[in-house]
Amino acid sequence: MTSRPQPCWEHFAHDADIGVRGRGQSLDIAFEQAALGLTALVTDPSLVRSDERVEISCEAPTLDVLLVDWLNALIYEMTTRSMLFGRFRVKIDRLTLSALAQGEPVDRRRHEPAVEPKGATFTELRVSHDDEGQWIAQCVVDV
Amino acid sequence: MDISALHQTSEDQWMLRATGKMRVPVIFYADRTLLQGMDEKVREQATNVATLPGIVQASYVMPDGHWGYGFPIGGVAAFDANEGGVVSAGGVGFDISCGVRCLLTGLQTDDIEPVKEQLADALFRHIPAGVGSTGHLHLDEAEMSAMLLGGARWAVDRGWGSREDLERIEEHGCMRGAEPKHVSQKARDRQRDEMGTLGSGNHYLEVQRVAEIFAPGVASELSIAEGDVVVAIHCGSRGLGHQIGTEYLREMAITSEEHGIELPDRELACAPLRSEVGRRYLGAMRAGINCALANRQIITHLTRQVFSGLLPKAELPLLYDVSHNTCKEEEHVVDGMRRRLFVHRKGATRAFGPGHPELPEQLRTIGQPVLIGGSMGTESWVLVGTAGGMALSFGSACHGAGRRMSRHRAKKQWRGNKVIQNLGHRGIIVRSVSMRGVAEEAPGAYKDVRAVVDSADRAGLARKVARLEPMVCIKG
Repeated sequence: MTSRPQPCWEHFAHDADIGVRGRGQSLDIAFEQAALGLTALVTDPSLVRSDERVEISCEAPTLDVLLVDWLNALIYEMTTRSMLFGRFRVKIDRLTLSALAQGEPVDRRRHEPAVEPKGATFTELRVSHDDEGQWIAQCVVDV
Repeated sequence: MDISALHQTSEDQWMLRATGKMRVPVIFYADRTLLQGMDEKVREQATNVATLPGIVQASYVMPDGHWGYGFPIGGVAAFDANEGGVVSAGGVGFDISCGVRCLLTGLQTDDIEPVKEQLADALFRHIPAGVGSTGHLHLDEAEMSAMLLGGARWAVDRGWGSREDLERIEEHGCMRGAEPKHVSQKARDRQRDEMGTLGSGNHYLEVQRVAEIFAPGVASELSIAEGDVVVAIHCGSRGLGHQIGTEYLREMAITSEEHGIELPDRELACAPLRSEVGRRYLGAMRAGINCALANRQIITHLTRQVFSGLLPKAELPLLYDVSHNTCKEEEHVVDGMRRRLFVHRKGATRAFGPGHPELPEQLRTIGQPVLIGGSMGTESWVLVGTAGGMALSFGSACHGAGRRMSRHRAKKQWRGNKVIQNLGHRGIIVRSVSMRGVAEEAPGAYKDVRAVVDSADRAGLARKVARLEPMVCIKG
């Protein structure tokens, strides 16, 4: 029996910036993983404590725009609250996303934040199934 | 990049003829090595730009061209509103009016050396930099709107600088046509605590020494000589500009079909200049330009405070302030006719030549200073615009070295503390909150800025005046 691929996030190269890619058995998980990839641009997500919870919701005309909106909503919360998020619970119903992000205020000593994401872009934007039936959610983030 | 389809017209000028849906050719300014080093995506993006409605003359790529968002970074394109021309949020970019300003100090390297460490510490303490830093200034709604309308002029009116500073900033420190009402609440929220902050990534404040002079007459007009110390500030419109870019890129991507614009790539999102969304974006983007000008003005004030505490004899007048990511309405001569065009410069510097009426009187005979930022371990440059450059690229030149290696690879290749140690051995002091940030910005991750500048000079886009070397670098 072959094992099911584990949810994961990864970064991929772009000339000036960097791409984030989330993979998972469901759309919800792929979006959660993409969010972890976003945090990982700034710091190691495992260093982020789940002290505070922020609710986020968004809707979009297509699934790929929903991914851009989701990551941009997180960037907005990160910058205006000066927080980092390390855990996510995402629920997508058709083209509406509701989510819970857990995190803590930026601690510059402990997190050593590398860059601040400016915005999620339409570059290399893709939300789709791969050959193994896994969802992929990816785009380049301007940093 | 595969250059086999390009037609070489000089050592540093290449043309891709208009075919298919292209309305104009693509013109690359770069030598063969720089061109071959560019990503294939640069050609693809510059070709896509050439298909947009109302584009005039050509889609241009500067010697530091690299893969951007819709437009290449190092891309220049002008559009005519009378011919259905467009404005593109991706063609301006997320960091609206990100730019560089250079301050003179009246000091020599010998004045700085004994206090270099103290100066680095004081600048690092006093000027907010990096993720999670907040400014000393918090704007209420009325002040936010005043700042978005007034730019650097607003900052000077509040005591953060002098009237003389304004003459040395593009648009005399205040971008006309800004419409704060088109800047969303979210964009304002992101800026609330970010006035007077450097940001992160490739943004920096550097103390530099003038290492070499190439045009003594021009250098003298600019009051720079070998051995002088200057300060360079590289940052932009912070969270406000990023949010404007985010919101309008989305809106343009979704609505471009409604405007009958066939996009070869969705990230090329744009809107007719005369459409409702196009007009709104122009108003918001100009407010974003003012935010960047005000931000650099406040950081200038903070820098002057630090210098006056440590080096009382220093005076820090502004040499010039340039913006990299803009769309500006300008008058240009095309085929002998004067036309008002909307010139997008994405990762490109305005480089008006001598005699241009936009230049302040003191600079009118020599042309606009073009400030090119290098990496923290290499060098930066001062150039000036040329008369010929007006016809070559709508008076535009390169903006920096451009990345050679992605952040992804850079952080695997280098350790931040080792980079700082190596630079320290060369007398360059780096202060940063993030070792990973330093690794991602390691000098080796960037192309050779000298090759970029030499190519711009040979192509006639701008003329070399001085080479600057870093002494102290405060990284965001």
